[in-house]
Amino acid sequence: MENILLDIKDLHICYRVYGGYLKILNSVYLMVREGERVGLVGESGCGKTTIMKSIPQILPPGDFLITKGEIYYKGKDILKMNFSEIQRLRSREIAMTFQDPTAALNPVFTIGTQIGDVIKCSTALEENVHQEKIKTLSIKALKEVYLPDPERMLVNYPFQLSGGMKQRVCIAMSISSPRNLIIADEPGTSLDVTIQDQIMRLLNEIVKKKKTSLLLITHSLGVAKEMTDRIYVMYAGTIVETAPSNILFNNPVHPYTKGLLASVPKLSGGGISRGIPGRIPDYLNPPQGCRFQPRCEQESPICSEKPPQLFEIEKDHLVACYLTQR
Amino acid sequence: MKPATNNEILKIEKLKKYFHIGKDKKGPIYVRAVDGVDLNIKYGETLGLVGESGSGKSTIAYTVVGMYRPTAGQILFKGKNIGMEASRRPLSLKKEIQIVFQDPGSSLNPRQTIEQILALPFRIHTQMPKRQLREKMVELLQKVELSPDFLYKSPLSISGGQKQMVAIARALASNPSLIVLDEPTSSLDVSVQAKIINKLMDLQKEMHLTYLFVTHDLCLMRNIASRITIIYLGKICEVADAAIFFEKPLHPYTQMLISSVPVITEEEKKLKPKKIVSIGEIGSPVNPPSGCSFHPRCPYIMSICSEVVPEMIEVYPGHIVRCHLFAKLENKKQERSDWCEEESAIY
Repeated sequence: MENILLDIKDLHICYRVYGGYLKILNSVYLMVREGERVGLVGESGCGKTTIMKSIPQILPPGDFLITKGEIYYKGKDILKMNFSEIQRLRSREIAMTFQDPTAALNPVFTIGTQIGDVIKCSTALEENVHQEKIKTLSIKALKEVYLPDPERMLVNYPFQLSGGMKQRVCIAMSISSPRNLIIADEPGTSLDVTIQDQIMRLLNEIVKKKKTSLLLITHSLGVAKEMTDRIYVMYAGTIVETAPSNILFNNPVHPYTKGLLASVPKLSGGGISRGIPGRIPDYLNPPQGCRFQPRCEQESPICSEKPPQLFEIEKDHLVACYLTQR
Repeated sequence: MKPATNNEILKIEKLKKYFHIGKDKKGPIYVRAVDGVDLNIKYGETLGLVGESGSGKSTIAYTVVGMYRPTAGQILFKGKNIGMEASRRPLSLKKEIQIVFQDPGSSLNPRQTIEQILALPFRIHTQMPKRQLREKMVELLQKVELSPDFLYKSPLSISGGQKQMVAIARALASNPSLIVLDEPTSSLDVSVQAKIINKLMDLQKEMHLTYLFVTHDLCLMRNIASRITIIYLGKICEVADAAIFFEKPLHPYTQMLISSVPVITEEEKKLKPKKIVSIGEIGSPVNPPSGCSFHPRCPYIMSICSEVVPEMIEVYPGHIVRCHLFAKLENKKQERSDWCEEESAIY
């Protein structure tokens, strides 16, 4: 059995609003093994980004409450760590790439300064002593993401680069020092399809070369299929199904997964399905039982009583639905 | 190009739209957003206009509805030239062409109720008593499967999919014959997208609508468009029927686009051209590359490509490509079977 790098167990997160608490995450289980590429797929508003931000503890404090659950990283619970341990986790262990590279880079500093800061932080180098070393490391990182003319790139500002190049810079930052886990939040969504393809190939190559684990958050099933070994499907703050990618696409079990797969327009044609009726539930008063029950066509009385647990139907293929448990 | 026939609802001829952005020593600087585009749309069809951001696809759409005045060229709607701004168009013409925008969050006024939003087109184009107006609006909402109580809601209190449905209802209010859809589903989730697209297709049959569908999503176009046009840096690369298009993409850019689409089934994977991978980025429309604007990214680049702008060539009936690879073949006047072999050698 491979070593488990990240293990999220029974995570509940609430968000405080005027009318009460939004129960965003409801009992999330997620696991990433060493060297594994894991995809987290779901529609907007299902809590993908909340999970991602809860891992290095960058949820805005005060509004978000982690009411229950554990997040184990290399066997240690992140939620019980002190500040310096979390700081170390953020700077040495976990790297993140965000959705919008334009917003992720600071417009008033050069690329060189920003990459340099990341390197300084993660290697604890003194600025005045190791200026040259920082520069060589920055250039090495930029070369690894195939940016042309990296030396000139260091003195450029983000607005001088195109969207695809900015995303490459963001990836360069996350690989500028060795990391064990890269969390990528929709890295290609704001880009054109040809550029997205380039970024995905780059990310895939880097992850394979460096043998890091990857947690890829995306709403595109196609991207998840091409990039990951195992996929988690999320709906309204719960994990509804998880399986190795090839199994999930050939044999989806949960009604939501089926509906989602059918909604994707195919390159080979064949029309478009009717979609999934209804809309995601109100997080203030989510359904008592299965959160998908109001939209589900195969519901039974038990579905509205208590939420279904993840149930293993074959190795690594877990489904949270009463249909599989009968 | 084929001569104009009666079954064309819209015909665009050599359309150019330049935006003036400043000047330097050599003279004024222009963004060449649309640079000589020929298009035609037949009655009742869905024409997909596909391209990356910055390719000029939205500019074409906006010029058709009259938000911009063309720099050169003409737009013929039912045989009449409509190459003027919307403010100079007669009301009867504005009624015929409507638009649905990409982001319903910003195309619906948050300070108005949906009743006010939907009443405006009726007030402009008809003179109806209030009671009849209400009936009409309820009828419109039913067409897009929304309940009558939506009339009193604000756009802020409904979901993205519902907002887009209201935007579609507003476009339908004046009973148009051509609707320009500018990426109507790109900001929505796939399950919602499926619902809206199905509704649009039903409405098209029911009301005999013609769609100009601007999008970057090739998969979507495969399923709903009758013909697809690929546009790159303000110029058309390839036009073909949707089914043929994916089986035999000819232009290298089209092949690159199709090979970049992330897919989920094996069937789709087979359709992807194998030997071409995406490289480079779209050029600048201010200073487009010389010759064929795609040549810096093209894997089959020849010396002619950077010098001469390729012409539109009709390779099959109805399948038009702008690429030197096929010009060469046509000049040789080879039989179709011959160049088919050569073409497969290219892949």
